[in-house]
Amino acid sequence: MRRRTILLLFLPAIAALPALAQSPASAPATQAQIAALQQAVRHAQLAGDNAWVLISAALVLLMTGPGLTLFYGGLVRRKNILGTMMQSFAMMGLITILWAVVGYSLAFGHGNSFIGGFQHLFLRGVGLKPNPHYAPTIPAQTFMVYQLMFAIITPALITGAFAERVKFSAMAVFLCLWSLVVYCPMAHMIWGAGGILNVAGGRWPCLDFAGGTVVHVTSGVSALVCALYLGKRIGYPHDEMMPHSMVLSFIGACLLWVGWFGFNAGSALSAGPLATSAFINTQFAAAAAAFTWTMAEWLINGKPTALGAISGAVAGLATITQAAGFVQPMSALLIGAIAGLVCPFMVFKVKKFFGYDDSLDAFGVHGVGGTIGALLTGLFASGAINAVFGKNAAGLPRPTGAIGGNWHQVLNQAIAMGIGWALAIVGTLVLLFAVDKTIGLRLSPADEAAGLDLTQHGEEGYEFVP
Amino acid sequence: MTKIEAIIQPLKLDAVKTALIEAGIEGITILEARGHGRQKGHTEFYRGREYTIDLLPKVKLEIVIPDDLRERVVQTILGAARTGHIGDGKIFISRVDDAIRIRNDERGEAAL
Repeated sequence: MRRRTILLLFLPAIAALPALAQSPASAPATQAQIAALQQAVRHAQLAGDNAWVLISAALVLLMTGPGLTLFYGGLVRRKNILGTMMQSFAMMGLITILWAVVGYSLAFGHGNSFIGGFQHLFLRGVGLKPNPHYAPTIPAQTFMVYQLMFAIITPALITGAFAERVKFSAMAVFLCLWSLVVYCPMAHMIWGAGGILNVAGGRWPCLDFAGGTVVHVTSGVSALVCALYLGKRIGYPHDEMMPHSMVLSFIGACLLWVGWFGFNAGSALSAGPLATSAFINTQFAAAAAAFTWTMAEWLINGKPTALGAISGAVAGLATITQAAGFVQPMSALLIGAIAGLVCPFMVFKVKKFFGYDDSLDAFGVHGVGGTIGALLTGLFASGAINAVFGKNAAGLPRPTGAIGGNWHQVLNQAIAMGIGWALAIVGTLVLLFAVDKTIGLRLSPADEAAGLDLTQHGEEGYEFVP
Repeated sequence: MTKIEAIIQPLKLDAVKTALIEAGIEGITILEARGHGRQKGHTEFYRGREYTIDLLPKVKLEIVIPDDLRERVVQTILGAARTGHIGDGKIFISRVDDAIRIRNDERGEAAL
C-alpha cells in the first residue's frame, strides 16, 4: 500500500520530465508513459503478493505433511504410526485430485447461496489472470492452489478422532465424500461469491479470516460425530494407550505452528499490512494459549507437560484462525489465553464425563477452538485492523465487532458457526452411515489389535532389522 | 562356565562397564529391558489422564565367564551398580554347558 502511494506521488514528476525535455505538444506520448508506469506498478504488486501467497500455500501444506502426520503419529501407539500418517498423507493426494476436478468449482464457482456451480469443472476458466471476486492482485491459479491446501488439512484433522481403528479404504472414501458434502459448501457459504454467510453481501455476513468455522468447526465437530459413531477403541479407557513418541508429536506441533503463519497471514491474500496483522495475532494467540494450558495443567496435575504446552499452542492457533485478520494484537493475546483454558477443560473433564473416545482430541482442540474463536471474533473484531464493512461518511471504518459497538456481529458469527455445526453433524452422519453399510468402517478386532501398519499397509514403522 | 545376568539401573551402565573392563572381563552383551521387582512404578500425565508406568527401563548385562572369575565379576558389578536405593536391580547366576565361537568352531572356555 505504502509502496504504491509513494510511487503514485512521484508519478506526475516522472511523467513530466520527458514532457519538459520534449515539446509540450507530445501529449499522447506522455499518456503512453503513464500507462506503462501504471502497468509496471501493477506488476510489482502482483509479484510481491504472488510470492507471499505461493509461499503461504507451501506453508499450509507443511502443516499437513509433516506437521499433522508427526503430531498425530507420535500420539498413537507404535503399531499404528504409519497408518495414522498415511491417513493425512492420503488427503494430500486425493483431495488435490478432487479439487482439480470438481472441488474448487463447488467451493468457489458461482452457484447459489450454499454451494458453487460447475463452471470451473476441471479448472476451466481458472487461469493466470487474477479473479477480482477473490484476490485481485494474484493469479487465479495461485488462489486456487492456496485454497487447495486448506481443503487438504481440514479432512486430515478429522483423522485424530478415529485414530487406530478404521479401515484405510473406508477412511479414504469417507473423507473424500466429506470434502465435497461438508467442506466445499461451507467454504462457499462463507468465502464464495454469493455465499449466504459471505462478509461482503451475504445474508448473515460472517467474519472468518482463515477458516475458524470453515476448517476447524467443520472438522472438529465431524470428528466428534466420528468418535461417537465408531465407538471406543478396544480396551479404552482401561488399557493404557499412551503416546508412543512425544518427540515426533513435539516436532509436528512446532511445524504446525510455523505453517500456521501461511494459514493465517497468507489469508490476507496480499503481502501488505493485513498479513502482518494476521501474522502477529497468530504468534500471540499461540503463545498465550500454550502458557495458559501449561499453567492450568501445572496447577491441577502438578507438572507442566510437554504435551500440554504443544496442545495449548495448537488450540490457540485453531482459535485465532477466524480472528487473525480482524483483531488487535492485545485481543489476540486474550483470545489465546481463553483458548488455553477452555480447550483443556473439554479435553480433561468433558471428554471423561461423556466417555467418548476422541482419541487425539480433534474435537477438544479444533472443534472447541473453532467454536469459541467464531464468537470471540465477533466480540473483538476491530475496524481499525480490517475495515471489512467499509467506511462511514466521516471516512472512519465502520465497526466490525462488539468492542466497536457492532454487537449484532456476535449473532452473525453464532449463526455461521451454528450452520457449520449442523452441516458437519448431518453430513458426517449420513456419510458415515453410507460408508459403514457399503465398505464397513471399523477394523476387525484382530486387525485392530495387530495395528494399522501391518494390517492396512503391510509395513511397520519401526522394523527390527539393523 | 558361568553365566552372570545382571539387571541394573540404566544410569549405572557406564560405571559397570568400565569396572568390568578394568577387572579384565572381555565379553559383554547389553540389552535394553523393562521390568519391575519390588519397586513400584511412577505416574505420567498425558492430556490430563494419569497413567501408571510399572514397567521401568532397565539394562540387562549378560556375561559368560570361566567359573573362577565368578566372585570377582559379582563383586565388580555390586560395587559399581549399587546406589543403595530401591530399584538397583538383581544379579542371576547360572551354569552354562558349552560355548561355541561361530567364526571357527572353538568350544568351551576357549570360545569365551
